[in-house]
Amino acid sequence: MITLSTQRKIANQVALTMSMLAMAFGLFWLIWILWTTLDLGLAGLSANLFTKMTPPPGASDGGLLNAIVGSTILVGSATLLGTPIGVFAGIYLAEFGQRTWLGSATRFINDLLLSAPSIVIGLFVYAIYVAQVGKFSALSGVVALALIVIPVVVRTTENMLKLVPNSLREAAYALGAPTWVVVMRVTLRASAAGVITGILLAVARIAGETAPLLFTALSNQFWSLNMNEPMANLPVTIFKFAMSPFKDCQELAWAGVFLITMGVLGLNILARVVFREKHKL
Amino acid sequence: MSSTSVSAEASTTVSTVRESRRQIGDVIFFNLSRAFAALTLLMLAGIIASLFIGAWPSIERFGFEFLWSKEWNPPMERFGALIPIYGTLATSIIALIIAVPVSFGIALFLTELSPVWLRRPLGTAIELLAAIPSIVYGMWGLIIFAPIFSEHIQPLLTKTIGHLPLVGALFQGTPIGIGILAAGIILAIMIIPFISAVMRDVFEVTPTMIKESAYGLGCTTWEVVWNVVLPYTRAGVIGGIMLGLGRALGETMAVTFVIGNSNFLSSASLYEPGNSITSVLANEFSEATPGLYTASLIELGLILFLITLAVLVFSKILLLRLSRQDGTNT
Repeated sequence: MITLSTQRKIANQVALTMSMLAMAFGLFWLIWILWTTLDLGLAGLSANLFTKMTPPPGASDGGLLNAIVGSTILVGSATLLGTPIGVFAGIYLAEFGQRTWLGSATRFINDLLLSAPSIVIGLFVYAIYVAQVGKFSALSGVVALALIVIPVVVRTTENMLKLVPNSLREAAYALGAPTWVVVMRVTLRASAAGVITGILLAVARIAGETAPLLFTALSNQFWSLNMNEPMANLPVTIFKFAMSPFKDCQELAWAGVFLITMGVLGLNILARVVFREKHKL
Repeated sequence: MSSTSVSAEASTTVSTVRESRRQIGDVIFFNLSRAFAALTLLMLAGIIASLFIGAWPSIERFGFEFLWSKEWNPPMERFGALIPIYGTLATSIIALIIAVPVSFGIALFLTELSPVWLRRPLGTAIELLAAIPSIVYGMWGLIIFAPIFSEHIQPLLTKTIGHLPLVGALFQGTPIGIGILAAGIILAIMIIPFISAVMRDVFEVTPTMIKESAYGLGCTTWEVVWNVVLPYTRAGVIGGIMLGLGRALGETMAVTFVIGNSNFLSSASLYEPGNSITSVLANEFSEATPGLYTASLIELGLILFLITLAVLVFSKILLLRLSRQDGTNT
């Protein structure tokens, strides 16, 4: 005969144990994936990785130099293109458009774009750019990645600007500063750490993006810095090599996975540190 | 007398020049920021319009039949989206069935059970799951997870739930590892951080007063969460689940690696390799011939975008309603 109170205690214990198991379940995958990446990625690391080009199928001697450089160029240019647009749109939402219809509509749509499938962004750039020009190019890849950067930056910029106390703005206005000076030199500066956090997260997001590049920058087996030609990049190279039957290609793919994962996790942790240093949470 | 009035006049012109200059600065700044905000807005309309135009040859040719035709035959130029649509929905539903209870458990752990000093590191660890690029999940899923899955987990599933009536048929067949079930499981891992982050945030919003009243009546932790916190945050929790669903529907690389890429389905079994909208696009787009083939692929993208958009709008409305309700209460 079990009393009601024991029954409730048992139910509570069961539920709380399940909750702990759920937490362990989540951590289990993180540790497994990271361990695999370290284990297989470190094995593939060598000087060749950073000095040699991607090998043709079957060749044993090769590296990822063109892919690493290509990825850096694509991600760097996309960040340079997307960040100003995102910051300005964020400024509009926080400083001017809080109660306007354009403000609310943009905020709503921006949140949708934030979670929209990146593959569709790639298709969009293919339709408006690649199909019109008639060839795949690094530039179209930059546009696709920039379109993914924008919503991330808009969201964080707006949120960070909103945290700036109004008294700061009022003090600047009282000194006779015009609005643009107030925004650029007072509020934006006060929220710089937060905005930089957003940019770092955006870079981390696009560094591993593969799907949109399949329709735009494609990939290139050779060294190329021409923005009007397909350009090699890490994610698409990994995709190709992972499916390859050759062992050397697979090893290179794991080394690429290692580089991307460490880069992206590093950026994520850096972003958190930057934000916490400033805001002393 | 006259000299003072002259200087006063001069100073007013100087100040009006300065006044107009600062106004110009403000006008430029305001319009620039507004233009970029509008650009974001136009992007959505642009995506839908351009995909619609790109898909038009296929829409014109196949009409609504595209949605329920099983045939995907590039050489014969016969295209139907049923198999990819089924793959996308099936993998996403499997992902939700696994991810929702796990995320709930994680959110419960992080808000009620965990010691305070462990909350941030554990929360960050779960968030890092979302930071791992999807291609890493894909490669890990194909090379590491799928062999273990086919050797140990799938036979076990067949032996146990494979004999149940109704659901049993889903777990029959050759255990080859890659397939719809494996893709669903990997998707579940990928969306857990999104769902649990939203759940944790909305659980934290629950006023302490309400929780403490329940504890004061003698409720256990579980009873407080199940009977007080969960009903209070219902809209937010569903919003978070929808957000996760939106992510799962559009996930590309991880699914492409593990779903098996087959355009035929011979049984109801989840062990079968299949295809999702995203995996078809990722695999076939660069090799597709221009014309009807490309247009059909773009139509697939359009269908995916419209489904995802509907799910995300629903999620957003629920979350907005919660924050509004929260705003009036405080």
